[in-house]
Amino acid sequence: MMSSNSANNLLDEALGFNDECGGGGGGLLLLIEDRVETSGAFILHHLIKRRLSSPNRPNDVVVFLSFAHPFSHYDRILRKMGCNLGVQKENKRFVYYDMLNLNYPVTDGEKGAEDLLLSVYGKIQKTVELCSSREGYKNSTIMIDDISLMEVALCGSSNLVLDFLHYCYSLATQFDCLVIILNHEDVYSTVDVPSPLLQMEYLANIVIKAEPLATGLATDVHGQLTVLNKGICQGSGCSKSKIRNFHFRVKENCVEYFYPGSRT
Amino acid sequence: MAAEAISRALRDGALEGEHAPALTIKDSIHAPLGAFVFDHILAQLSSNISSSKSQAQLRIVDCYTDPLGWKSQLAESGIVSNRSTQNATTASLCKNARDLDMLFSSIVELGKEVIRETKGRFAVAIDSVSEILRHASISSAASLLSNLRSHDQVACLFWLFHSDLHEMKASSALEYISSMVACVEPISNTTNGKGMNSENLPLIEQNLGRGKFSVRFKRRNGRIRLMSEELHTEQMGINFVPAFEDYVTSQSLVPKVQFSLQLSEKERNDRAKVVLPFEHQGDGKPIQIYDGRRSVSESKTENKETNAEKMHVNEDSGRGEIIYIRDSDDEMPDSDEDPDDDLDI
Repeated sequence: MMSSNSANNLLDEALGFNDECGGGGGGLLLLIEDRVETSGAFILHHLIKRRLSSPNRPNDVVVFLSFAHPFSHYDRILRKMGCNLGVQKENKRFVYYDMLNLNYPVTDGEKGAEDLLLSVYGKIQKTVELCSSREGYKNSTIMIDDISLMEVALCGSSNLVLDFLHYCYSLATQFDCLVIILNHEDVYSTVDVPSPLLQMEYLANIVIKAEPLATGLATDVHGQLTVLNKGICQGSGCSKSKIRNFHFRVKENCVEYFYPGSRT
Repeated sequence: MAAEAISRALRDGALEGEHAPALTIKDSIHAPLGAFVFDHILAQLSSNISSSKSQAQLRIVDCYTDPLGWKSQLAESGIVSNRSTQNATTASLCKNARDLDMLFSSIVELGKEVIRETKGRFAVAIDSVSEILRHASISSAASLLSNLRSHDQVACLFWLFHSDLHEMKASSALEYISSMVACVEPISNTTNGKGMNSENLPLIEQNLGRGKFSVRFKRRNGRIRLMSEELHTEQMGINFVPAFEDYVTSQSLVPKVQFSLQLSEKERNDRAKVVLPFEHQGDGKPIQIYDGRRSVSESKTENKETNAEKMHVNEDSGRGEIIYIRDSDDEMPDSDEDPDDDLDI
């Protein structure tokens, strides 16, 4: 059994980020899918901490777009995990965009939403470009919490969301960033037309699904994670796609990951 | 082999009086290997061109970097630097993926540039039509593909398409335009499409590395030719092998229901003991021909024999039997050969 405080837990191993300090994963898009019964937010929190807690990477930046919670929410949670987001924000390592408080152009509809999105993307690209020009730059991270609320904010246009993700992904491949997005699987489950979630699954290099256990609720096990890592294609060839499945338990200050049946 | 047949058809180009051959490579999220097939076909085509003429030249219409012109707009307003929109000299940047007329013009212009000296034809590869359909309607996309196919300087074209991202009518429209449809399907069917469980995971992982590769060729006269094989991903690409029925896998996928769908060991043995009524196989008995007229004595004799056989059957209850009597000597004995084999289709 491994907790999120250990150097390499099951989640980190499944993600396959090579840097032991929690870096790596440049040029990739990671999709987290969760459900009402099993929130995947803890994965976001874990990755924020991993990306900011590497002393060897002082110029790496986490750009965070929040549609779901205020800054104080993340600050409180990360403090319990031993990471001070306030300090990181002052040091310009944690760039936080409070999308809840932006003024949305209600009258302009989708065109106005696209202009707003262009403005937000411009800020992200500018931030990433600035960081990449600094000495010692390794990776940056772009996080979005969460995609379904982003779609609501963009007048219900899943197409605009997909356009934005496409541009973030192209930015990731150009500047060696990692894009992490959280989306809710059950929001799309009743839609008859092909789901935009499927588009994201095609786009993503790594898909993490947080689901309840098949046997239902349990006190010691809060759910299961399935990590699909599609592998990377480089000049020397392509690595094999892998799937890992393990259970998790969310505690006050950390998360435990363990294989089924391995808890004593 | 199906993959080789595709490469040959694309290499040979348009037949006299026909449009260019067009290939749809179709996959889904459960068998996401279409991109590997696309790369393989592209490599084969480039190799074929290189072996027959001068070195194959690749020109790229880049609809990936800035499909909606966002980066250009930001660069023009000074918000970001201009280096994001710079690309290799062999790429032509498309800043408006919604305008398929302009896209068609870009493709043809680049193609003419390539063949300027050789005065031949150029091939077009599109990765992917699913992305085109994000920005344009199916009718516009179908129009683009049809126009390319009918252009007299296009030798062949092929495209990648994720079938589960679109409605059936889009998939059907593309298949109608194609002269070849290559479909990648899962090698193993998972027992439950929703959710991950310990039973599904090995099958899902298997489907990420292997797939069924089925190709439908549309002939000029309208007839269809089907070929299928398996494809395996490897470190440096993919490999095509003849299809192999995995008996164990298919047996393990029988749905778990209350009634019996499988044969017991005894039933399997009994079925194996049944002698099929093909005369050429012979069962030791003389071959009978029914002449439609039976005498009473013959029928009595038959009855006695039948009773004796019945008694024999009762004693040897494990042996099934099928009795077949040929109508006349004019009817040829059964054969293993398929009578349609000599058809020149």
